[in-house]
Formats: sequence, C-alpha cells, structure tokens
Amino acid sequence: MNAALQSETGPEGTAHSGRPEVRVTPSRFRNAIGKYIVRRSKECIACGKCADICPYGVHEFAGKTMARPKDYRCIGAACENNDFYCVRQCPQNALSVRLNPILEVLGDKRWTPELLISTWYMAETGEVPPGDIEYKIGDSGGGFDRIEFCFPPGREPDAVPDDEVSLRISLNRRNDSRPEVEIDMPVYGGGMSYGSISLSVMIARARAYQAWNSFTCTGEGGYPEELYPYDDHVITQVATGLFGVREDTIQRVRIVEFKYAQGAKPGLGGHLLGDKVTPAVAKMREAVPGNALFSPFPFHSVYSVEDHKKHVDWIKHINPRALVSVKVSTPTDVDMVAVGSYHAGANIIHLDGSYGGTGAAPDIAKKNIAMPIEYAIVKVHNFLKEEGIRDEMTLIVSGGIRTAYDVAKAIALGANGVVVGTSEMVAVECIRCATCESGRGCARGIATTDPELSKLIDEDWATQRLINLFAAWRHQLIEILRKLGMRDIRELVGRTDCLRHLDYEEIIQRRHNSIEKKALSDASGDTLQGR
Amino acid sequence: MPKKYSIPTKTSPPRFTPIGKSTILDWEGGCLRCFKCVKRQCIYDVYNERTFDVRQMTDTIDSLCKNCLRCVQSCPGQVITKVANAEYKRLGNSYWTPDIIRGQWFQAETGRIPVSGAGYGGPFSGPGFDDMWTDMSEIVRPTRDGIHGREYINTVVDLGRSLPCLRFDAAGHVVRDAPKKIEIPIPIILKDLPLGSLSESVFLAMAEAAQAMDTFMIAPVKEWKPYLEPYKAHLIPLLTEAEIDTHGELIRGARIIEIQLSDETEAGLSRIRAAYPDVLIMVRVRLGERSGGEALTLTRAGADILHLCADRDGNVASGNGTRFVKDVVRSVHMRLVEAGCRNEITLFASGGIAMAEHVAKSIIVGADAVALDIPLLLALECRLCFRCEAGLSCPVEVENIHPEWGKSRILNLIAAWRNQLIEVLGAMGIREIRRLRGEVGRAMFFDDIEKETFGKVFGKRKKRESVGN
Repeated sequence: MNAALQSETGPEGTAHSGRPEVRVTPSRFRNAIGKYIVRRSKECIACGKCADICPYGVHEFAGKTMARPKDYRCIGAACENNDFYCVRQCPQNALSVRLNPILEVLGDKRWTPELLISTWYMAETGEVPPGDIEYKIGDSGGGFDRIEFCFPPGREPDAVPDDEVSLRISLNRRNDSRPEVEIDMPVYGGGMSYGSISLSVMIARARAYQAWNSFTCTGEGGYPEELYPYDDHVITQVATGLFGVREDTIQRVRIVEFKYAQGAKPGLGGHLLGDKVTPAVAKMREAVPGNALFSPFPFHSVYSVEDHKKHVDWIKHINPRALVSVKVSTPTDVDMVAVGSYHAGANIIHLDGSYGGTGAAPDIAKKNIAMPIEYAIVKVHNFLKEEGIRDEMTLIVSGGIRTAYDVAKAIALGANGVVVGTSEMVAVECIRCATCESGRGCARGIATTDPELSKLIDEDWATQRLINLFAAWRHQLIEILRKLGMRDIRELVGRTDCLRHLDYEEIIQRRHNSIEKKALSDASGDTLQGR
Repeated sequence: MPKKYSIPTKTSPPRFTPIGKSTILDWEGGCLRCFKCVKRQCIYDVYNERTFDVRQMTDTIDSLCKNCLRCVQSCPGQVITKVANAEYKRLGNSYWTPDIIRGQWFQAETGRIPVSGAGYGGPFSGPGFDDMWTDMSEIVRPTRDGIHGREYINTVVDLGRSLPCLRFDAAGHVVRDAPKKIEIPIPIILKDLPLGSLSESVFLAMAEAAQAMDTFMIAPVKEWKPYLEPYKAHLIPLLTEAEIDTHGELIRGARIIEIQLSDETEAGLSRIRAAYPDVLIMVRVRLGERSGGEALTLTRAGADILHLCADRDGNVASGNGTRFVKDVVRSVHMRLVEAGCRNEITLFASGGIAMAEHVAKSIIVGADAVALDIPLLLALECRLCFRCEAGLSCPVEVENIHPEWGKSRILNLIAAWRNQLIEVLGAMGIREIRRLRGEVGRAMFFDDIEKETFGKVFGKRKKRESVGN
C-alpha cells in the first residue's frame, strides 16, 4: 500500500496531479460495528445465493462455506422490499437481520451512533453508506443539526464531471507579498500534539493531507523529525507554553499558527498529565519526564492587540515566506478579536467553537464556556464585511465540524474553509469513549504515546482511511454544489440564502427563487460573491 | 504569603456498587476457548477486577468498564456485547438526570473535577440552566494563574446588608453605623434537605462539613438536638414566626437565623431586629409570581438576606405554567437594581442547583450565593429513587452512614465545585466571585444570541413550544 500511495501522491513534499486513489480499507477489528446485525444459522448449506444477490457485499464465500456476514454493510430494514432481500430469498431460511442493540451504548447527541458508523464506512470505502444510515447530521437539536440546504425543487443536479467542480481555496487573501497558498479542498487538520496522539497517527495525517494537497498541524508539542518529509503540508503551532518551538521549526513550514485558545477549554490553557510526559515526549518538548506540563493562558507576553501584532511580526520576520494563522475561541466579542487579528497582520483567522474536540478538558468548560461555532461564523463573517476587510481575511472555522454537510453549511454561513479533528480520529476508529486522558491513554491506540498501545495503529492503514474519508467528503461537497448550480466552493461562501433553519419561520419559495436567479446571473458571467 | 483557603479532599469510595451506564453481556454458548482470550487483553483489566455484588445483584463491571469496546470488536466467537443499563436510565427524574447524578457521585468520591477527552457530546442547548453559555476573555486579559494556585481567585462572599451611601452627622463626621456582615469563603451554604432517609448521622455529617468549610448549614429548629450544639457557630436555625418567641436562647447563640415568610414577616422584622440586634436575619421567600415585589418590600423592611427558593427541580409556579429559578432570580435581581437597593441586601438562590455550573450561572443572573440541598444527598450516594417519600426503605441506607465518611464526601463534592467555579472565573479573567454577580454581559443567552446571529440570516424563530426545546 505504501508504494502505491507514494506513486499516487508523487515525490514527497510536492503538490500532486490527479486525485489520491481510494482503496477499500476495512476495520482493524474482527467485528466491525454496523447499524444492523446479520446472523446466519446452522441451516445454511452454502449455496451462495445470498452472495450472488446482495449488491452491498454482505455475503461472501470463504472457501467452500460462507464467510461470516459483513453485516456493517447491510442496509437492514430498507432492504425488505428489494428482490435481493437475502432473508426472504434464502432457500434455507438461514438468515436474519435485526437492529444492532449496541447502538444504545455508542456515541452521544453530537456524534450519534449512526454518524460514527457512517464515518467508519466512508473511511473504509470512500463512499457514503447505502441505506438509511444518517450520515449528514447529529441529534444535538440545534446549530448544524437543525440547518439544512434548500436545494431548488425540480432542478436536476448539473451534469458536470467532478473534476470541473473546484473545491480549491486560497489561504492568503491579503495582498501582503507573501506566497499564495492554495489547498485542494476546504479542509485542513487541527492541531494535535505529539503526546496527545501517537506518532503513527501524526504521520498518517500528514500523508493523507499531503495526498489531498492540504495541511495537518503539529499542535503544541514539538515537531518530530518524522514529519520533515511533509514540511510543505504541515502547520506548526506556537502556543502559550512554547513547547518544542525553535527557530528551525518556524522556518520549516508554509503556515505558522498562533494558538491563543482552544474551543473545548477556552481561556484555560493546556495541561499534559505527568503520566503522558514520557522520555520521548519530554525530549521533544524540552521538559522533564514524568512532570506535568502546563500551557498557561494567555501568552504571558500578550496583553493587548499591539503585543499581539508584535508576536505576528516576530514570526513573519523569522520566516518571511510563512502565512500566519491566529487560532482563537469564541467569546462574546469574537468579532472584535477577529478584526484585531486582521490589524495585527494575520492571514488566517481560525475560530474554534466551544463544542470542539480535545484530549482532556474539564467537562464544565466543554459544555459551558464560549459559544458554539455556528453563531461565531455568522458574527465574524458579517462584522468583517461591515469593516470592509472580509475579502482580505481567510476565515477558517472548527469545533464541531463532523461531516461533509457541516463543512458545506459552515461555508454557506460565511467561512472560507474548516478545520477538522474528531472526524479524522473517528476515521481511524475512535469510538468516542472520551477516556483519552486516563491511564495509558487511548485503548484503541490513537490518542496515546504508550509504546504498546500505539502499535495498534498501522501508519499505512490510517493514511488510507483518512484519504478515503476525504474522498467521500469531496463527492458530497461536489454534489451539493451541483445541486445548487455552482462550480466552485468559493461561490458558496456566505450564501445563507441556500440554507434554512428548521426552527425558523420562513418562505422557502423565496429562497429557491433567489438561488435560481443567482445561478443564472453567474452563468451570464457576473462576478462571484465571496471570492 | 498568607495561607490560602482550600477544602480538604480525601478519596471516599462508595459503600454500594454504583449503578453503571451500560453493562457487558457475555455468554458461554459459542465461546471458542481461545488461548489468548480478549478478556485477558483488556487494558483496564476490568475482567479480572470484576466481582458480583450478591446483595445488590450487580456486576461491578458496569462501573469499571470504560466503553472502549475492544473486547466486543475482537472476540472471535462474538460472544461479548454491551447494552444500556435499564436501571441507570431510571435514576432520578427528568431534571435530575442519570448523568448529573453519576457526575456528583464521582466528585463526592474523588474530590476531583470531571475531566474527559473528546468534545462535548450533549445537546446544543436546552431548558433551564442549559440555555446560557459563560464567556471567556481572549488575548487582552489578566492571567489565569489563579487556577493553578500561583495567584488568588477569591470565592469569598459577604452576607448581610450594605449601606447605600455614607452618612454624616451634623459635625460632618462619618456616621459609623455600618451593619454587621459575615464573610463565607465559598458562595455556598448547605440547605435543609427536602427528602431523604435522614438521621442524626446525616445531620452530623452536614454540620461537620459546614464547619470544616467555614460556611453555614440551615437547620430547622425541630431537628435541633444537643448533639448539634458544638456546631452552632455554623448553623442557621430555620424558624417559623411562631417559633421565634419560644427559641430566644437559640437565636441569641446564632449568627444568622432564617425565618419562613408569612404575611406578618414584614411587620415582624423590626421587632425581631430589636430583640436580637446581633443576629443577621435571612427570610425564606418561596418564589412565585409576586417575588419581585416581596423582595423589594423585605429589603426596605430591613431583612439582611433573602433566600429565594424554587422547588427541587428549579421550577416556580407562574400563571398556568412554570418559570425556571434562573429566570425568576434574574427578574428579582433586576427589580432590586431598578429600585436602587440591590447592593443593600444579600440574595441566596436555591432549588434546581444540581451541578457546579449552576452556581456560576445563578450568580451571573444576580444571586450572591446559593443554598444546596439534593447534591448533598447525592454526595451521600442517594440514587434519587424517591422511595423515602413513599415511606419505603433507602436502597443505599443513607440513614446508616458514618458521619466522618459523609462529611468527607460532602467536602469532596464542594471542593470539586469550587475548583470548577475557579475554572469558569479564570476563563473570564475575573479574580473575584463578587464581581460575577449580575454580570450578564459575561454570559450568552440562547434567545439573545440566536436573534443576534441566526435571526439576521433566517428571520423569525418559531415559538419555543413548537420547537420542542
């Protein structure tokens, strides 16, 4: 797999031509979890009829007998009326299908069991799951989960090939003589430090984002040598603890991110428990093994926008080709913070909403402190427009972006692109048990530097799962644009007229008319909004 | 550096196996007797530590298992799965949810703040306290070093009246008639319990905890027995007006007394004040539709402290429906602000305060401090099955606790709550809980923020009833 990937992505560190290839990459575990359970009784005579008729690949031969059903591929109840419904067609009545009772203990309101299962499916196959699995929204009852696209009724999606629809966005919209940096999809990876995740996951992320010509981020925990081959697709973070920040690490990269705050624990800084400061982690962070490390809040050298500018200038001076991103969380005055960052010279303002992921944070902070990202997008996008600087800032948002639909909705609300983290973890089979911080760390080998547990993740496997997930997301984003009559993701920025909120009264027809009109005027050569 | 206030904590395990959220189902039929059984590979070793509690018929794995599902996903015979625990879902009621109960059990056992990985997994917003978020301060702000103890974040509140302004005598000297005030180091007092299988041990545990934290416990005079005598400096006797005349000595020995509100309270206040000049008078106001007016009258009549009580789920009767304690406290607070006398009086809120965040939110909407009841019972392992209300036996025998254990569990819970308050204050860059009172500018309310953002984009929000919030 490794060799194949290399040939797909071209020489290390360079932008590729063509898309990375999707390869079916099943679960690491023997028993993948699906929405349905398919059981085969002893009555089975291995006639193979089910394998012949099932279009989803649930049934396969294993030598002369039938293999255990791949029931996570089954579409369940939705299949009952099909000619190929195996349960009815089986001459021996040996098959049964039922809802998997484990759904009751899986996931939560934001990441429902169906979102977990559909994300695993996409990471395995690169496609959206068939059947009735909900892969677009969760069950939180607000924000993205109550917003939907209103596609013009009766309008067929445009019959343009995928490659003629552009998902490319520019991360430098300022005319500041710094390089143009473009990414091929409006998504890059959030900061996850060495120490909070295993090295193999870190490298897999770098490889997958390189393959999709985007970026991963080191988080605050140093820049492992193993990432050097991917320098051009790595963002390195300067956070308040300055762990592992050296002149050399700043100079390696094309984007440097200042982390002021994290959405999950805004205003609380970071805290790596002593247990997780292994000798390797300590070396990277230039600290003492076994000692807990605090990342304070805020930067003890920044108490004003002027101080903030001084910091940005400092990075720009050390690395003249780097873009500067400023990552902040979402207080009531997030709009002012964004404008302040513009005046400090940032290229990217990155808002991290309060429901974002973390390796460890007080529950009281995750639930209560700062606002959900959906509000912050609207607030900041509008304020930057009023200030006349929207076109110069790249607005990147994160903190609860779970699906391709969340990505599209965030952009339609006013973002240029998004940062994700948890969905990547789920792609490599995180189950959201929320015990990343306890003991030796993640039982599934993702969020841990424990030498034994981190062996549970194979770098090639994880790389391909992430590549597949983004392939599935790309299809969905392109399909959304086609249905709206758009050819470029940049047309979608701030197009709230394409959305509706299920808890709001509105005249849907009026929105459709405006989308139609917009599509027509774009086709006649008008300028694109939000470019 | 002077000694800082802290609440001592000590791990205090539960006496009964807690009810876990989900349970492992494993069976023998189909087991392949693998040489390397997945159960032996559990990284938390729960299969080895697992026991069966014969008395409660509980498998301890329910509370040991951390839900990583590795065994479920790896077992070649597929003879292990997990299912939700029906008994867990039955805990409490619609307000006191199983997750809230479990959270308080954890804090009472460990004294630690609940910390977890992954993002918040709950609903976007909700009724009651869940329709607001607290603020944080970005970039331009003081440090948060208070959280790690290198600086102070002060949680002291003052109980009693303040003067609206300085007064001068004919000669132009300041009249030094400032009313008496009492400081408590945390914005929490312990309230008389509305239910529970109560006993002397329970009262003793509470009184010892109140004393150890240097705060107060409200004790109805009918429960007042000689064994409480050593703790009287930290007790607030709760009396009806009729009981005042018969408990003179008790009142004189107290620093604060609480009076149940009746129609005569307003008139009676000056009489009580005259008879017991050194005692702070707290009046218990059962919140209702007229609470704002009542609070104003009592403030003007000279009460030192008002205790605004909602029912145990935080509800306040209003017309044909109910309002939530947070919203009623906010309007009482505003009524006093508008009348120009808010600073003259201390407000306590109680009812529906179930988690640490509710203390911060109650203070943001205008209370000075809160009085806790049911969380104290949860600290004592109560499962909120409400059997005691029907006269049935308590499944965790709250009445049989050892007072020392009970005290330690209550201290653990409140220590964890105080640390969470400090987290919230630290995030805002506020170093003084008294400055949080009424600071609604440092909070975001669901209705306001929806209007301010989505309102501009999506128009008019449907009425809340039709949304099913």
